[in-house]
Amino acid sequence: MALRGAIVVDTEKCKGCSVCVVNCPTNTIALSKEVNSKGYNYAYMASPENCTGCTNCATVCPDTCITVYRVKV
Amino acid sequence: MHTTMDIKDIIKPENKVYSKTPVLLDNVMHYCPGCSHGTAHKLVAEVIEEMGIQENTIGVSPVGCSVFAYNYVDIDWQQAAHGRAPALATATKRLYPDKYVFTYQGDGDLASIGTAEIMHACNRGENIVVIFINNAIYGMTGGQMAPTTLMGMKTATSPYGRREDLHGKPLRITDLISQLEGTCYVTRQSVQNAAGARKTKRAIRKGFENSAKKKGTSFIEIVSSCNSGWKMSPVKANEWMVENMFPSYPLGDLKDI
Amino acid sequence: MAEYILMKGNEAIAISAIRNGCDGYFGYPITPQSEVMETLMLEEPWDSTGMVVLQAESETSSINMLYGGASCGKKVMTSSSSPGISLMAEGLSYLAGAELPCLVVNVVRGGPGLGTIQPGQGDYFQACKGCGHGDYKMIVLAPNSAQEMYDFVDLGFELAFKYRNPALILTDGVIGQMMEKVELREMKPRWTDQEVIEMSPWATTGKTPDRKQNVITSLALDAAVHEALNHRLIEKYKKMEEEDVRFENYKCEDAEHLIVAYGSMARVCENTIDLARKEGIKLGLLRPITLFPYPTKEIQRMVPQLKTIMSVELSAGQMVEDVRLAVNGKIPVNFYGRLGGIVPSPEEVLEAFKKEINK
Repeated sequence: MALRGAIVVDTEKCKGCSVCVVNCPTNTIALSKEVNSKGYNYAYMASPENCTGCTNCATVCPDTCITVYRVKV
Repeated sequence: MHTTMDIKDIIKPENKVYSKTPVLLDNVMHYCPGCSHGTAHKLVAEVIEEMGIQENTIGVSPVGCSVFAYNYVDIDWQQAAHGRAPALATATKRLYPDKYVFTYQGDGDLASIGTAEIMHACNRGENIVVIFINNAIYGMTGGQMAPTTLMGMKTATSPYGRREDLHGKPLRITDLISQLEGTCYVTRQSVQNAAGARKTKRAIRKGFENSAKKKGTSFIEIVSSCNSGWKMSPVKANEWMVENMFPSYPLGDLKDI
Repeated sequence: MAEYILMKGNEAIAISAIRNGCDGYFGYPITPQSEVMETLMLEEPWDSTGMVVLQAESETSSINMLYGGASCGKKVMTSSSSPGISLMAEGLSYLAGAELPCLVVNVVRGGPGLGTIQPGQGDYFQACKGCGHGDYKMIVLAPNSAQEMYDFVDLGFELAFKYRNPALILTDGVIGQMMEKVELREMKPRWTDQEVIEMSPWATTGKTPDRKQNVITSLALDAAVHEALNHRLIEKYKKMEEEDVRFENYKCEDAEHLIVAYGSMARVCENTIDLARKEGIKLGLLRPITLFPYPTKEIQRMVPQLKTIMSVELSAGQMVEDVRLAVNGKIPVNFYGRLGGIVPSPEEVLEAFKKEINK
């Protein structure tokens, strides 16, 4: 059995601080090249296939803009 | 099969394992990107939700960056004068002994201008929780030296670095607090990584539980970063904190009775 | 059948607090008002009414305990003397800015600095002109007897809650230390938690699902919001001036000359009036009971019948400025003040009065 996860980032709230990026144990997250209306490069799943839904990113996100989903497969 | 699983099949309500607690309001935080305050606020809000105490919790916000904590955590709040939050909390708790009362204070607020208030509230053993954000700088006013600023650290009022002969040495106020008989739980935590944040959350919960048991004051220091004040990127600031702050402010319980 | 007890003015404050449903007293020892907290500690009201009494680590802390307690919608009070009130200046400004009701008692001593523990009225400016920063006012009550010390605790709370504003009892060691017969009025119970919520729906009583969070703050960084807050305060102070000016006239109907004095000094001046009347001088006394709002209109009403007016104070001349503002140059305004804790006799006041009018 393996865990598959996915995150949804509230891209308007994200300030692109990268704290989620460095806390992701599976190198799923990166900052996008696009910016939101405030000019921040927001976080996104650069390698969605890596995500295990561990919630580390959401736990450390200072702006609480990450929602995490997980399934057992 | 799992490699081909579509993201749409994962992102379904029944698969949700983490989302924003409803105790956090929807307002976008005014904090700088990567600021520890945001994470600390969230952990407080999550504890309030998990314990089901939103209706019975009163927060006291300080003067400093977290003056606006009331814009983010959906409970009743009192906004105190600089350093005086423990006095407000003392009266509030004594007048409403069955409520959960906590202060949320920074290092300038708690360890400088408010030393008398925090020492005496802790010494009286008020049944409150104190959340102490120590980022070794005054953030709100533009990065001046705090009592907890490390030796050699450059700030707006120690532009060539903190010097003992000019400024004295950093104040380890949490160590002092742990000596006071009114405190039941004194701990130092951090929130720069997931493990730290989860431990901090457990510490906050323990503090609130101690209040209910009327065990005395619970004091939770969160060693934090202020990337704007330190003039670093958020990630670099967290790395610098681990390397430089933790040796002076080592993590762990100082007291747990 | 009314119950009377012989007690000091300071003790009357304490007993009245317990009997008028006060929820919390937070204080710090300072002469000449320490009997207030001492009496409360002796009475142990936490066992009878549930009132909280706490000795704080400083006046700074006690006023901020009031901020916390008042934020909860509770009837909270403190007492101190001049240097202690100076330390409370910050907290009083915050309380006024956050529109919180509370009661503060200042048993004034002579200043500046550590000064003297003898009585004085040198804190008039501090009380009436705002002792902290910013544009704010406190309701200021000036008792002249132990009975009024007792009664003004209840009145102070009533006005504080009517306006959501700090109220201050401005008195001195003469009134605080003097023993007099005091009638104990009917007891008022403390408000229940439900009554607190009904009385003060804005208070931090715990956010229930049926309402938005309550936030007590004096912070308003938006210029328009902050100006609106200040205008709301100004309107409130105007309303106080329209509805809650209190004063007492003594032999004023036919008066050609008027003495204005408050508190202990007014007690002395009553005798001055009687001495003057024996000599055929038509002298009257106006005793302001509220120092803010000030009885400006009453002075203005009387000016046409008066030749002179004199402010008599235990200060270097503070209230006299409000008398001058009221008179607005229409008749001579004289002043007689004593300092250092010296309370002049009725004869001395009369001499000073005669000296001024014969100039």
